Amino acid sequence: MTHAIEIRDLHKSFGRLEVLKGIDFSVDPGQVVCVIGPSGSGKSTLLRCVNLLEQPTSGKVILEGVELTDRDVDIDAARRRVGMVFQQFNLFPHMTALQNVMISQRRVLKRGRAEAEKIARDNLEKVGVADKCDSYPIQLSGGQQQRVAIARALAMSPDLMLFDEPTSALDPELVGDVLTVMRKLAEEGMTMLVVTHEMAFARDVADRVVFMDGGVIVEDGPAAQVIGDPQHERTKVFLRRVLDPTHTDNI
Amino acid sequence: MTDQSTTAESPGPAGAPPGRTKLSPRKKQQISRAVQYVVLVVVAVFLVTRIEWGSLAQNFAKSEVASQMLPDLFTVALLNTIIYSVGGFVFAFLLGLLFALMRLSSVRPYRWIAVVYIEIFRGLPAVLIFLFILFLPLALPGFEVPGGTYGQGILGLTVVGSAYMAETLRAGLQAVPKGQLEAARSLGMSYSRGMISIVIPQAVRIVIPPTTNQFVSLLKDSSLVLFLGVSGEYVELTKFGNDTASTFANATPLLVVGVTYLLVTIPLGYLASRLEKRQMKGR
Repeated sequence: MTHAIEIRDLHKSFGRLEVLKGIDFSVDPGQVVCVIGPSGSGKSTLLRCVNLLEQPTSGKVILEGVELTDRDVDIDAARRRVGMVFQQFNLFPHMTALQNVMISQRRVLKRGRAEAEKIARDNLEKVGVADKCDSYPIQLSGGQQQRVAIARALAMSPDLMLFDEPTSALDPELVGDVLTVMRKLAEEGMTMLVVTHEMAFARDVADRVVFMDGGVIVEDGPAAQVIGDPQHERTKVFLRRVLDPTHTDNI
Repeated sequence: MTDQSTTAESPGPAGAPPGRTKLSPRKKQQISRAVQYVVLVVVAVFLVTRIEWGSLAQNFAKSEVASQMLPDLFTVALLNTIIYSVGGFVFAFLLGLLFALMRLSSVRPYRWIAVVYIEIFRGLPAVLIFLFILFLPLALPGFEVPGGTYGQGILGLTVVGSAYMAETLRAGLQAVPKGQLEAARSLGMSYSRGMISIVIPQAVRIVIPPTTNQFVSLLKDSSLVLFLGVSGEYVELTKFGNDTASTFANATPLLVVGVTYLLVTIPLGYLASRLEKRQMKGR
């Protein structure tokens, strides 16, 4: 079976700073994989390498059997199959929610106006913001904006979804709405790679959890094991701090 | 807290020695204001009594001369001023956008060309550019600026405006957050599609207030069409005012033309600052 995502010996440096120091891992179709780790550990960079928003320094990214790091690959075509949700939402501020969800359907997939609008409305309804179609991003709460962003990615009918800390910029009381939408997606069988600090979500929803630190994968295994019974000392320390912030030993 | 208030009351060691009369800050302020009013009144009285208002009015506000200027003032001169400046603005905007994109290009020679163009034409006086255009047919025999006199005037204003416009638009393009193009690319849009649909529309919105000011400045620079030796149906406000003033040996036309400029530039200035305020609210 071909992996949805396969990453081989991936390195990424920014100038002299090596952020990813040889990553090997894969995600199978239908799997939900959460990437956790301290800030600066390279998790977001890894995610951004998957759809080549960052150009890897070396190594291979293979998406459904197609090697993206091959220079002859049509990267725009490949990206259509990968939805991405950003920490800062990145909705287009000069367009309404509906237009945000329609624009790339119209311009990239060349769908007709009626078809694109129907798909847009269906997806906005799916994420629970059907009543906000005509609102501009500035008129929406963070949680609503992020759900519109998810609808925008889903409208392209992607094979897999990347989430880059989707709830980190949200007020605490709005996190739940977004996580509920993501949980629903996971239950529908969407392949998902999620960088997150939401340990409860990772434990409950993810099939696998990957712990990264210092540009390498320290631990990779079933969610219950990595979070419930971590094997490595670094994972243990990290989880202790995240799950109980007042706990200050080992610093 | 209490400590501070007591020290503030008593003069510190560096203050004026006791015994000498010392004005309170309020008293000082009153005196300063009174002096300013006195100066104002003296200057006003001087002007009113010493200027010969009669001859001034004869020279700058002669109604017979002013009435001779109608309707050509509006139907020819103002219209031409607007044709020159709108034409120049449109082409300066397009050329400016091209150079702004070149300036941000990943192709190094494009960046160099844009920088050289911008530095040259931002640094040259507008009059000099118009004189260059006047001599262009001598330098390139057989070459003629398309559009005749209008074409020459618009070309001059395009060159004058485009360098500034390029810098304004570059700033606008850079003010659009990086995440916008990333979001567009992640949805499968190509670089150029992302720029056209997502980044440029936002950049243009950002630069509307400064470009309105640039339009005002181009409108004023359209007076330099004078140097192209235009005549007849091609005259714009300044040339028209100058010619009429010579004909009547009277300065009234210059005043009339000046007021006509202000009729356009002041509302535009207000519009620009209103757009600016609205944008501040929207962000």
